[in-house]
Amino acid sequence: MKATIDRLTARAAEEGLLDVAYTSADSPFGPLLLASTRRGLVRVGLPNQDPDRLLAEIAERVSPRVLEAPAALDEVQRELDLYFAGKLDRFDLPLDWQLSSGFRRRVLRAIDRIPYGQTRNYTEMARRAGNERAVRAAGTACGSNPIPLVVPCHRVLRTSGALGGYGGGLPMKQALLELEGVLDEKSSS
Amino acid sequence: MTALPPFQTVLDQHSTAVMAILRGAVGRDGAEDCFQETFLSALRAYPKLKDTSNLRGWLLTIAHRKAIDHHRARGRRAVPVAEVPETAAENGLPEPDERLWAAVGALPPKQRAAVSLRYGSDLPHAEIAAALNCSPEAARRSLHEGLKRLRKELA
Repeated sequence: MKATIDRLTARAAEEGLLDVAYTSADSPFGPLLLASTRRGLVRVGLPNQDPDRLLAEIAERVSPRVLEAPAALDEVQRELDLYFAGKLDRFDLPLDWQLSSGFRRRVLRAIDRIPYGQTRNYTEMARRAGNERAVRAAGTACGSNPIPLVVPCHRVLRTSGALGGYGGGLPMKQALLELEGVLDEKSSS
Repeated sequence: MTALPPFQTVLDQHSTAVMAILRGAVGRDGAEDCFQETFLSALRAYPKLKDTSNLRGWLLTIAHRKAIDHHRARGRRAVPVAEVPETAAENGLPEPDERLWAAVGALPPKQRAAVSLRYGSDLPHAEIAAALNCSPEAARRSLHEGLKRLRKELA
């Protein structure tokens, strides 16, 4: 049956019927959900997020033509593996921004430009998105990031230097910042 | 209207049943092709599907259309039918009954589905009813009407 399903997935892709391809990828933090459209990576689900709920949301907001198609995400997985191994400091992946819009998307695009190993605060992100006073909205935008890790919202901290929040849980944010050499191990917020 | 689940969920939940029914209807060799055609058609139509309450019935109806297409195209291994053709086969194999499949294909959709589900896949009335999303009595009636019409057409 698996070969039959694989053939179906391949034919669906050939005939332009595969709108969202997804797979589950291992990471040091647990399984990640990776989903991409023809345009690029559209969603990354962190280990503490329910993949079924995320897929239902993708079906509703992007397209219900959602199929498990690991091959379509090989390059994403390869770059993430290198990143977690500390061997990649810049993702080179096409992104599909359709799950964010307006001010939130501008904030996320600004976050996308924060270099590896550096941090910014929510106020700076609000300013770069064009509204310095919308600090709280910038925080919300970070929290709603549909493509975490690749769009590095973990590099955004409170103005006080405190870690702030993270969709994947604070220990994960801390570990990512340690990996990038921003935080010393054991130092805490 | 409930939201459409990711198509992978539909595939996971119903692929085994669809394959089993297709094997019954067209045999192991044809089933693979019919399975692909069934799910590709389903995937094509899926975003516009209005009623998600009976996805299994929807898929089985598509599968049966594909099985009928398959029999028409190949015309070789006929599925069990109510009446055995009385003409002799020249090579010892059952004659492809083009006329029968053409007549089945020309039935109104509900009758066509009922006839092919009953005689193509050997489904009991209750399952035909579930596949067609109607009561068992209505399924029985569609089947009966379909058979009556076939007898008249083929007499």
